[in-house]
Amino acid sequence: MPAKFATFFIMLLFWVVLSGMFDGFHLTLGVISCALVAHFSHRLLFPDGKIGPWARDVSRLTLYLPFLFKEIVVANLQVARIVLHPRMLDLIDPRLVSFKTRLKRPLSRVTFGQSITLTPATITVSIDDDVFTVYSLTRSAAESLPGEMEKRVAAALEEQP
Amino acid sequence: MAVTAAIFIVLGLFFFLVGTVGILRLPDFYTRLQAAGKCDSLAAVLVLVGVVIYVLSDFSLANLLVGIKILAIAGFIFIASPTATHAITAAALVVGVEPWKKEKKGR
Repeated sequence: MPAKFATFFIMLLFWVVLSGMFDGFHLTLGVISCALVAHFSHRLLFPDGKIGPWARDVSRLTLYLPFLFKEIVVANLQVARIVLHPRMLDLIDPRLVSFKTRLKRPLSRVTFGQSITLTPATITVSIDDDVFTVYSLTRSAAESLPGEMEKRVAAALEEQP
Repeated sequence: MAVTAAIFIVLGLFFFLVGTVGILRLPDFYTRLQAAGKCDSLAAVLVLVGVVIYVLSDFSLANLLVGIKILAIAGFIFIASPTATHAITAAALVVGVEPWKKEKKGR
């Protein structure tokens, strides 16, 4: 039941932001639609029906974002340097690398995979169980994996023993 | 405010430029995808942030809602862009597009 209410309020917030109309008619429409969605699909947002772990994951992910954004900017500047460099072909050395991750939860693996893809010079090709296959533009980017980012993701999302 | 917005938008345009130059200069499909998929996501978000700052310089409730919507677009790009890049790369590897390798050039 709390999962339904939480879904309802998140949906309602979304409705108000998107509609921007505060008269009775539109708000009533919003309440009805949100109640229907919350009743039928609250399991999409809260698969196990509990709010606590979900809220913790969301807040920890939010705390992880500034670090990710810094990494993205730094990595983009590196790619800009490579791309604009006159002897570009000497700098790049594309390769596929595989490594094992110690991340256990699917959520943290997905987060880590997306983070790898978002930081330029690396793309996550596949995640088979605990083996990441990553396509890397430069040798240094390949050697820096899994590196600090995995530690950050682990600190943010893995269960503490 | 308008100056800050302009700085963000120009930075975003710079990364769009880098992405485009990358597509033209890099040697093969995968490396081009790197430039296309990722410089563009940062660039798009920078431009959107610039637009948000510009919209909010004339503050009102309606403009605040517009700003939140634009930020939602930025958030969506950050999730969708790496997913698409990953899917295209994986598909290319499955189909067997040959990656460019450095060693081959020496032979």
